[in-house]
Amino acid sequence: MSRGPLLFKDIDTPGLAGLEVYRGLGGYEALAEVLAKKSPDDCIEVVKASGLRGRGGAGFPTGLKWSFVPKDTPKPKYLVCNADESEPGTFKDRELIEKNPHLLIEGMILAARAIGANVGYVYLRGEFAWIQRILDRAIAEATAAGLLGPSVAGTDFRLDLYTHLGAGAYICGEETALLSSLEGYRGQPRLKPPFPAVEGLYRCPTIVNNVETLMNVPGILANGAAWYRQWGTEKSPGTKIFSVSGPVKRPGNYELPLGVPLSTLLNEHCGGMRDGFRVKAVIPGGSSVPPLPASLLDTALDFESLNAAGTYLGSGGVIVLDDRTCIVDALWNITRFYRHESCGKCTPCREGTYWMAEVLERLERGEGRDSDIALLDEVADNILGKSFCPLGDAAAMPVMGAIRHFREEFEYHVTHRRCRVNRRREELDALRSAPAAAEVTA
Amino acid sequence: MSRAPATVALETRPLEWPEAARKQVEEALTHYPNRRSAVLPALWIAQRTWGWIPPEALRLVARTVELPEPEVFGIATFYTMFNLQPVGRHHLQLCLTVSCSLVGADRLYEHLRRRLGIGHGETTPDGRFTLRKVECLAACGNGPCMQVNEDYYENLDEAAVDRILEKLT
Repeated sequence: MSRGPLLFKDIDTPGLAGLEVYRGLGGYEALAEVLAKKSPDDCIEVVKASGLRGRGGAGFPTGLKWSFVPKDTPKPKYLVCNADESEPGTFKDRELIEKNPHLLIEGMILAARAIGANVGYVYLRGEFAWIQRILDRAIAEATAAGLLGPSVAGTDFRLDLYTHLGAGAYICGEETALLSSLEGYRGQPRLKPPFPAVEGLYRCPTIVNNVETLMNVPGILANGAAWYRQWGTEKSPGTKIFSVSGPVKRPGNYELPLGVPLSTLLNEHCGGMRDGFRVKAVIPGGSSVPPLPASLLDTALDFESLNAAGTYLGSGGVIVLDDRTCIVDALWNITRFYRHESCGKCTPCREGTYWMAEVLERLERGEGRDSDIALLDEVADNILGKSFCPLGDAAAMPVMGAIRHFREEFEYHVTHRRCRVNRRREELDALRSAPAAAEVTA
Repeated sequence: MSRAPATVALETRPLEWPEAARKQVEEALTHYPNRRSAVLPALWIAQRTWGWIPPEALRLVARTVELPEPEVFGIATFYTMFNLQPVGRHHLQLCLTVSCSLVGADRLYEHLRRRLGIGHGETTPDGRFTLRKVECLAACGNGPCMQVNEDYYENLDEAAVDRILEKLT
């Protein structure tokens, strides 16, 4: 059964990660023709017209980004695929590369050719060593078949692709931090401008695109912008892979046209909540975006509708919180993540994430003060837009959003000195009061 | 930012790459226009070769990529996955970030802690297991998830964890 119209159409075909099966399903079929008939500028124009926007989180128009690469420069240009996939709640790029690495390679060939890059890197998060091996195998296969190397598909275009493994740092998903890391520095962000398209890897023009973004490129260039626009909405064309986690019946990755209501994703595709659970809130775009309360479940999943509802499409990491989960507790968990991952470069993020986690912890433990909710809001506001890179915003937005929608539950913690509900704590308490299990014997 | 402090010994015999590792390092160096960019690949190769990155290996990496040793130390400590202290044969890295927490990861951590008698960052006396709480592993739809050395174990519960522990000798 097909799991989606585009990237997931053939995703579960056995052997798809191998060149033969990929080719059997039409892979690399249009490549030679696109390279022969469309100039790099034509390709950029088609991608612009398709309305494809970055699928990694920021949603920047892909064709426009490509057009920022200077044409008359003697410097080499680079294409970098961001496969750092580290936003909590997001696990799509992993499945995409694991099962269909050649689609990424084909997308990178076309993108590199459009921007004039002869070298491309895939930056994978450190935990993805086994995905690196899959991709390395596919790159070797493609090189042996003449699809990569000095003469891509028989043309005079050269492309060499390399994989690069990170080593555990959320911040390396931010494109300038990723480039620092790839250059062999600590993965800390750089000031923009200059933007990477002008001065990126090794101070040369560089385009950084997400895995899912690049995988959309072959279809768009083979079939045209109008074809791609048959899915999605006018302003958010195409499909998106949503990664659903939390206590739903069928968590997992789902490819849907943009604009489908959140309730359809959760009820029809994920089978609704597990028995005994009800939705309290949904974080629609990875842990860095503000949550939506259950009353807004009919919001359409596209860039504009989610913005209008006060949140973001982000990476499409849909985290479902149930009604017996304490919102303060969940937020404390998320904030600990950002505290752990703050790179330490700028003060608002480094200190702010620490203070937010401290305040959330004492609220959660029933030790909150009357002024704590205002304090949290104030610290978050002192991070938002005032930190060096978007990590600070990522930490501040969920806090501000949760207070906006669930202020009453925060106040309950202060006035009653405990959570109203907290199944995580109840389960842990029950376990701790049970007799100890036998120790593992060697 | 938080991670265990590491130490660098003052004087030890210089270490060399074993043959297989040396080939891998040389291959990695061809991927980039300068040697510095190969610092992460070289650190990974060192960790796979010796199970962790002892001070002599850190020095070897520094020599290989032609960077000052303190700078390589600064890079290695920035990332969470380089073990600058020895770890057990099986490095249990359990995700406790929000999605896994929503489906029972905290209970599993408690279970592991009690079964093994060790806490976060600790190693069993027989050197078999090191337990560590980690942040999101991008396995949120298959939570709870644990990475053991480089392998992922997903959709875990107490019984599954027990089976894994028995298997990892």
